[in-house]
Amino acid sequence: MFELRGLIDTIWGWIAGLLADIGLSAGLVQLIGYAIIAAVLFGVIALVVLFLVWWERKVSAKMQDRLGPMRVGWHGIIQTIADAMKLLQKEDITPKNIDFPIHFWAPVITFVAAFMVYVTVPFGKGLIVADLNVGVLYIIAITTFTVIGLLMAGWGSNNKYALLGGFRSAAQVVSYEVPLTLSLLGVIMISQTLSLGTIVGQQDGFFKWYVWRQPLGFVIFWIAATAECNRTPFDLPEADSELVAGFVTEYSGMKFAMFFLAEFLNMFTASVVAVTLFFGGWMSPFGPDFGPSWLWFFAKTFFFVFVLMWFRWTYPRLRVDQLMGFAWKVLLPLAFLNILLTGLGIYIFD
Amino acid sequence: MTDAFLTNLAFYVISFCVIAGGIFVVSSRNLFHSAVFLVFTLFSVAGIFVMLSAYLLAAIQVLVYVGAVAMLMIFGVMLTTQLSNVRIRYMNEQVWPALLICAGFLALLVYGLTDTPFATGNVAAPVEGAKAIGTLLMTKYVLPFEMVSVLLLAALVGAIVIAKKD
Repeated sequence: MFELRGLIDTIWGWIAGLLADIGLSAGLVQLIGYAIIAAVLFGVIALVVLFLVWWERKVSAKMQDRLGPMRVGWHGIIQTIADAMKLLQKEDITPKNIDFPIHFWAPVITFVAAFMVYVTVPFGKGLIVADLNVGVLYIIAITTFTVIGLLMAGWGSNNKYALLGGFRSAAQVVSYEVPLTLSLLGVIMISQTLSLGTIVGQQDGFFKWYVWRQPLGFVIFWIAATAECNRTPFDLPEADSELVAGFVTEYSGMKFAMFFLAEFLNMFTASVVAVTLFFGGWMSPFGPDFGPSWLWFFAKTFFFVFVLMWFRWTYPRLRVDQLMGFAWKVLLPLAFLNILLTGLGIYIFD
Repeated sequence: MTDAFLTNLAFYVISFCVIAGGIFVVSSRNLFHSAVFLVFTLFSVAGIFVMLSAYLLAAIQVLVYVGAVAMLMIFGVMLTTQLSNVRIRYMNEQVWPALLICAGFLALLVYGLTDTPFATGNVAAPVEGAKAIGTLLMTKYVLPFEMVSVLLLAALVGAIVIAKKD
């Protein structure tokens, strides 16, 4: 009951029947199916991001004893849509001496990479586009494109603040990627698979969630993921008091919006990975058949997004040297310790 | 339009991306553009791996090389004084001998490729490719694997020693 998979299968069966009737080959029908899935996924993700932008403003407002957006819609709920419309209509200002192709493609690469992650995310029971047998690795690989996008934005803008922001960001993301990947290794060692669907399937019960067996791994992952998203206390790439707006300084209109949306999307991705690998994905805490699975997935994910927002409006920013030292001298040894302990645990208990 | 046609089309589009990207990498006069095209080329190679159902290789290809190219960009920007519009001479007096050798090598490659009877079969790729490769690396091929690690470590140490000025 309440599961979406059956509904989707019925609708797709009807569309596929129609397409087959007009004489398209099976492969072409499948291709059209993929295109439809991509469009639907994009719609869902875009809605989520629009909601997150509004939510961040509301959360920050509550934490600072303000009201936040109140005018457009109920408690400002469609404020983000109004803002998006405004950004769409704005003139796209490009400075004169920029490296145009690089400047142009940077937001596109950043946004597309942030979106591509969702191919292998299990949103609910049976709600996974492609359960790749290298799912975890795929997510880590695709998110590295963020670095390229940031560097391109920093370099292509021909602006010292943008370049500094891009460089800081690249150094930060590359450094924190090492403890992040290593922290996920503990879960992979226990689950013996890289497929996200299988990993979720193994966590069918509150006490089977991998966070109970990998508490250190989760803490390392969460800190590193916060840094990967360039969120406070790790928001050095766009430290507005030092670097104007970092790598987005020279962007306006829709291109700025794409960076902005990609940032929120990355935040959602970090929460999705945390929920899927450590907190049972779409499994409810009361067993696999309690309530709609996709609702549990989104509830858990939004909770972790809220934690990220909580961080942002609570902690001050780290210094550059502290930031790098923390990644290499604290998180990395801890991640290795976690792998060692996990290996010992598997050796002793299994 | 048949499905075989679609598969072929995908293969040729990806191959074109690989080759065109590769040509841009070596012919661009801007170091940063070269680096970006390198990402594009390596990502397209990952596409070829996906077509061969080698998902693990594709993921590792992207993971390793995109990060590496990001580093290349950083060093390119930090260590070179002039990044764009560098007047590089593509040719010198040895252009004709070089062309001759390249053409000969190409002919040899084409001859070898057309003359080799490649074994084809309908063997499906293993489902748990990561597990199979991991097990092989840790048992049968552990010595080459460790040798490569030591070699990489030596290269790292060597690079630091060379880069250290004092």
